[in-house]
Amino acid sequence: MADEKVEFELVSPERLLSSEAVDMVVVPGAEGDFGVLPRHSLLISAVRTGVIQVWNGNAVTDRIFVAGGFCEVTGERCTVLAEEAVRVDDIDRGAVEAELKNLREDAADAKSPEERSAVEARIATREAMLAAA
Amino acid sequence: MASLKDLRNRIASVKSTQKITSAMKMVAAAKLRRAQEQAEAARPYAERMDRMLGSLAASLQGRAGVSPMLAGTGDDNVHLLVAVTSDRGLCGGFNTGIVRRTRQMAAELTDAGKTVKILCVGRKGRDLLRRDWADAIVGAYSDIGRRRLGFEDADAIAGKITEMFEAGEFDVCTMVYNRFKSVISQVVTAQQLIPFASPESEAQDEANDGGGALAAIYSYEPDEAEILADLLPRNLAVQVFRGLLESTASEHGARMTAMDNATRNAGDMIAGLTLTYNRTRQAQITKELIEIISGAEAL
Repeated sequence: MADEKVEFELVSPERLLSSEAVDMVVVPGAEGDFGVLPRHSLLISAVRTGVIQVWNGNAVTDRIFVAGGFCEVTGERCTVLAEEAVRVDDIDRGAVEAELKNLREDAADAKSPEERSAVEARIATREAMLAAA
Repeated sequence: MASLKDLRNRIASVKSTQKITSAMKMVAAAKLRRAQEQAEAARPYAERMDRMLGSLAASLQGRAGVSPMLAGTGDDNVHLLVAVTSDRGLCGGFNTGIVRRTRQMAAELTDAGKTVKILCVGRKGRDLLRRDWADAIVGAYSDIGRRRLGFEDADAIAGKITEMFEAGEFDVCTMVYNRFKSVISQVVTAQQLIPFASPESEAQDEANDGGGALAAIYSYEPDEAEILADLLPRNLAVQVFRGLLESTASEHGARMTAMDNATRNAGDMIAGLTLTYNRTRQAQITKELIEIISGAEAL
């Protein structure tokens, strides 16, 4: 068991962000967080906005913020298709706050309801990102 | 016979054109490399998306109430053609190929009694199609990926397509784009986006290897239908993104080839003109010499 690993892959539409063998991954699923250990049962799940934790040994070695997506788990693999993904350590608080401020202004200026809801969705993501940092 | 001065001017002008075309070739080569890298980087996501969708589709097969995006609306009266072209010209047959194919498809569909709508991506396509299919054009995008092609661009286009589909404005959606085969060869490809069809049989095979066979025992969280409802619009965006990336790489490839030819033609032209120039110059010297000699003999 100890030498068995999970192949963790994180891909965004633009690139492959990470691909490594780890002990455990904790994914924020749409219906609650779930941990993936080797020999996990087959699962496809939607992923909500949150933080993926990568465990090696008994410690979290990596924390990655994802803004929604999908996750496919097989016995030896855990593949996360994220819409947007950033390492928690790489989140630049200042930049995100500035973006948030811009987006709030956009929301105030939004003309159509579709435009407003699109901007609001982005605001929610940025807020979650700040909360994670 | 052109005078020496005219010839000199022409040589100078062809030379400066050659400088421009060779610079454009260099720029296209650099952009091509970047576009290829980007296309490479985007591949894993699309592959895994295919795999997941493959296993989902397999487990939903034959069930009633499958999303019309996967199964189709049951009709094929209204066709939406998405023509992916570039914003700029000077890239050989890149845009004309797409436009020709779109026209041909539109004409065939119209002959068969279907309604055709066209969505143009890229300024050139709109300019060319506006002449004879102006009424069919429902939208146009330009300045896509001017600096760097992002997923948001594809998402915006896919969003528009989804919106139109949900409003029942078309039944079948096909994207016409240039598939990047190699630097010198781009293949005009028509790919059906809605109802969803796996773009290549390769992807299908992979889906079968990767999880298709195991599809029955996957558990889904939330249920299949809900995931599918989420996944299909995403997949559409991924397919559009892939098309755009291929198209960008093809555009730069086509431009590079076109500019390479232009540079070579300019070189040939310069050689020809220089030859004529030298001959004319020699002829003139000979003529002057004869005049001097015959003048001296007459004395």
